[in-house]
Amino acid sequence: MSMGMVFALIGAALSTALAGMGSAWGVGMAGQAAAGVVSEDPDQFAKVLLLQLLPGTQGIYGLLVTFITLSRIGILGGTPIADAGTGLSYLFACLPIAIVGLVSAFHQGKTSVACIGLVAKKPDQFGKAMLFPAMVETYAILALLVSILAVTNI
Amino acid sequence: MAIVQMQKLSICANKKHRKEILEFLQNLGTFEVITDEIDDPELKKKDTSSACSQYLKSADSFDQALKVMSEYFPEKGGGISSLTGREEITRDEMNRVITNNREYLEDAAQILKDKKEITECEGVILKDNNQITSLQPWKDLGIPMSYEGTKETKVFLGTIPDPLGADELYAKASKDLAEPAGISADILSTAPEQSCIAVICLKKDSDKVEENLRSIGFTRPSQMVTGVPADEIRALEEDIAANEKRIAELKDDISCYTGRRKEYRIASDYFRSRAAKYKVLGQIPQSENAFFMEGWVPAGKVEQISKILSERFGALVEKEEIREGEEEPTLLRNNPFSAAAEGVLASYGLPRRGHVDPTFIMSIFYVIFFGMMLSDAGYGIVMFVGCAVALLKFPHMEKGMKKMICLFFWCGLSTTFWGMMYGGFFGDAIDVIAKTFFGYTGNGIVKALWFEPLKEPMRLLVWCMFFGVIHLYTGLGIKGYEYLADKDIVGFVCDIVSWYMFLTGLILILLPSDLFTSISGMTFVFPPFVGTLAKVLALGGLVIILLMSGRSNKNWALRIALGAYDLYGVTSWLSDVLSYSRLLALGLATGVIANVINMMCQMVAGSGGIIGAILFTIVFLLGHTLNIGINALGAYVHTNRLQYVEFFGKFYEGGGRPFVPFQTANQYVEVKEEKSL
Repeated sequence: MSMGMVFALIGAALSTALAGMGSAWGVGMAGQAAAGVVSEDPDQFAKVLLLQLLPGTQGIYGLLVTFITLSRIGILGGTPIADAGTGLSYLFACLPIAIVGLVSAFHQGKTSVACIGLVAKKPDQFGKAMLFPAMVETYAILALLVSILAVTNI
Repeated sequence: MAIVQMQKLSICANKKHRKEILEFLQNLGTFEVITDEIDDPELKKKDTSSACSQYLKSADSFDQALKVMSEYFPEKGGGISSLTGREEITRDEMNRVITNNREYLEDAAQILKDKKEITECEGVILKDNNQITSLQPWKDLGIPMSYEGTKETKVFLGTIPDPLGADELYAKASKDLAEPAGISADILSTAPEQSCIAVICLKKDSDKVEENLRSIGFTRPSQMVTGVPADEIRALEEDIAANEKRIAELKDDISCYTGRRKEYRIASDYFRSRAAKYKVLGQIPQSENAFFMEGWVPAGKVEQISKILSERFGALVEKEEIREGEEEPTLLRNNPFSAAAEGVLASYGLPRRGHVDPTFIMSIFYVIFFGMMLSDAGYGIVMFVGCAVALLKFPHMEKGMKKMICLFFWCGLSTTFWGMMYGGFFGDAIDVIAKTFFGYTGNGIVKALWFEPLKEPMRLLVWCMFFGVIHLYTGLGIKGYEYLADKDIVGFVCDIVSWYMFLTGLILILLPSDLFTSISGMTFVFPPFVGTLAKVLALGGLVIILLMSGRSNKNWALRIALGAYDLYGVTSWLSDVLSYSRLLALGLATGVIANVINMMCQMVAGSGGIIGAILFTIVFLLGHTLNIGINALGAYVHTNRLQYVEFFGKFYEGGGRPFVPFQTANQYVEVKEEKSL
């Protein structure tokens, strides 16, 4: 296997691994808070479940970039790459979603925890509570976009 | 598409009609009572708080009783939920329950008493079980636990921490005693960290033996039961059996009442509504013979209400002017399509009086953007069919829930539309199935009507931003409309038209530039006059904003500084427009994940065959269910965000007070009757 393939695969692995770690972290934190709320008020289950899921999207974005990468470098389709330069390009193209996914999912998880607390106190403010974590996600979306555009145009 | 016009009414009537009028207004459910203080020594408010809390307590006892019944005897079909909505009953049924309400109250009290006794019995059983567990190690002891010994002997009952054999125990206990020691040492049971022992010795040796035992950690049992352990255990088991029998009897007793659930629900609602009525009664000022009340009603109903009140009850009804510091409540009325999105608006905040209700415009963008984000024809069909079935199956659904499901019905349709545009039907499911099972080898069967986002992401990105610009311009336009409605022409030109000019000019300058072409790969060639026009527009807008946006300031230096700061707001426009890139990102996410799922299906299915088909179906169903769930959530959240942050940010304030009419406080039932209004 060429050096280029190795680099590209490192990139593909990082985007799922780091973004997935972030999401696992965020969803985990939010889940603990959600369980606390449900133990007091089981009716809030659906609402807090949605809030818990919000930091989960980064992991999916990471998977997405991995998949697009794999389908272009000859693993799931496309042509294998020969030179290290192209491989490095793939690696760097994957980094935005990998890094931003990790950090934003962590912080989105914290925001979700806070908003789960908000819903516990004021269940009717669910619409607003959902918005705060969504703000954090914006940056993951921007990173995803950059990664996709970069990977598809290499 | 509008806020319903409200009218303030004051009602003055004879006190003897007090309850009838309140009942009439409550059943009508379109009158919001104003609870202002009125300074007049002649007028007093009646204290109804004790009656009110008494009724609430009654309602609560029915709720509790219903809860107890559903705990032991769950209802078929899950009973009443927000999906099934409230049960329809006739006025006759209601009246029958009201006549018999004492009997039902006694029933509820009995059910709660039974429940209390069940809880007590369960407590006793728990306690007995604990005691049995702690007695188990002693059950081979043939003598009572409190036995001290005979005239000549002494008995030591207790536990030691180390597991010892009977011989070792004997040796340890009889240390320093003359052989043969008069000691009997038995191990009754051994468990980790605790062995139960019984040691019998002669009284004269007892001090020595006790000391020996202490040295190996002997302690007497903490709980002292007096009898023989085996007998005690038997007695406790009998007690448990008796308690269990009692619980069964009590449950039987409760089950006798399960046939009356409906009556209890009606009674609960009756008492709750009555409590609501008494609460209002306590808020209205009354003189010796008359009472007064004020409230808001939708302007369209004023005539009918005044007519009925004055004809039937001889009341004096007058239209009132709004007082200073008073805020008119907001009630929205929209066409059936847009009404579905009212919940989205309400969770941001209702519009105030004199502002525009943006529900109609928002609902259109909402449905389009949601569709673009979920963007899969298969998922869209699942969504709108699912919502349609729910709407048909549960016609009495709770109102908020119904609106929500309606909204998702429309969103599902839009998703189907965009899915066809992008060529996604459960991702590339049709192609994958054709290749796996039917040996199809050609290229894609399903063609995108427009283009495939993954192949040309840049092109779609530009389109998304274009939609974003339209959305934002619409928002700015609504603000402009409000300026015009206020007849503020200067404001309209300086704050709205100037921005339109400035931004449009900038866009027109950007589009034909090399920078844009190199990014997007699209070339725009405009005739030369457009270039000139663009420059004129941009410059004109810029000058107006620079000079006029600080127009309330007299100081020219400060005014221009404020204008320059306002110009800086163009960066917020840039970030707002970029924010619409989520339309692309989320749309791609759905499609690509769906493809990943299909690929996994293809892998497990192998070359085909029956087993392959079964595995394929299982993975397909699981995978796509998950994907619909997660992406629909994402689409919902981010569509809301685009409305709340980008769109509303341009014009909307919210802060309106919802219209809360005085009405029946029914939770379970809805009285069906021919309404006189």
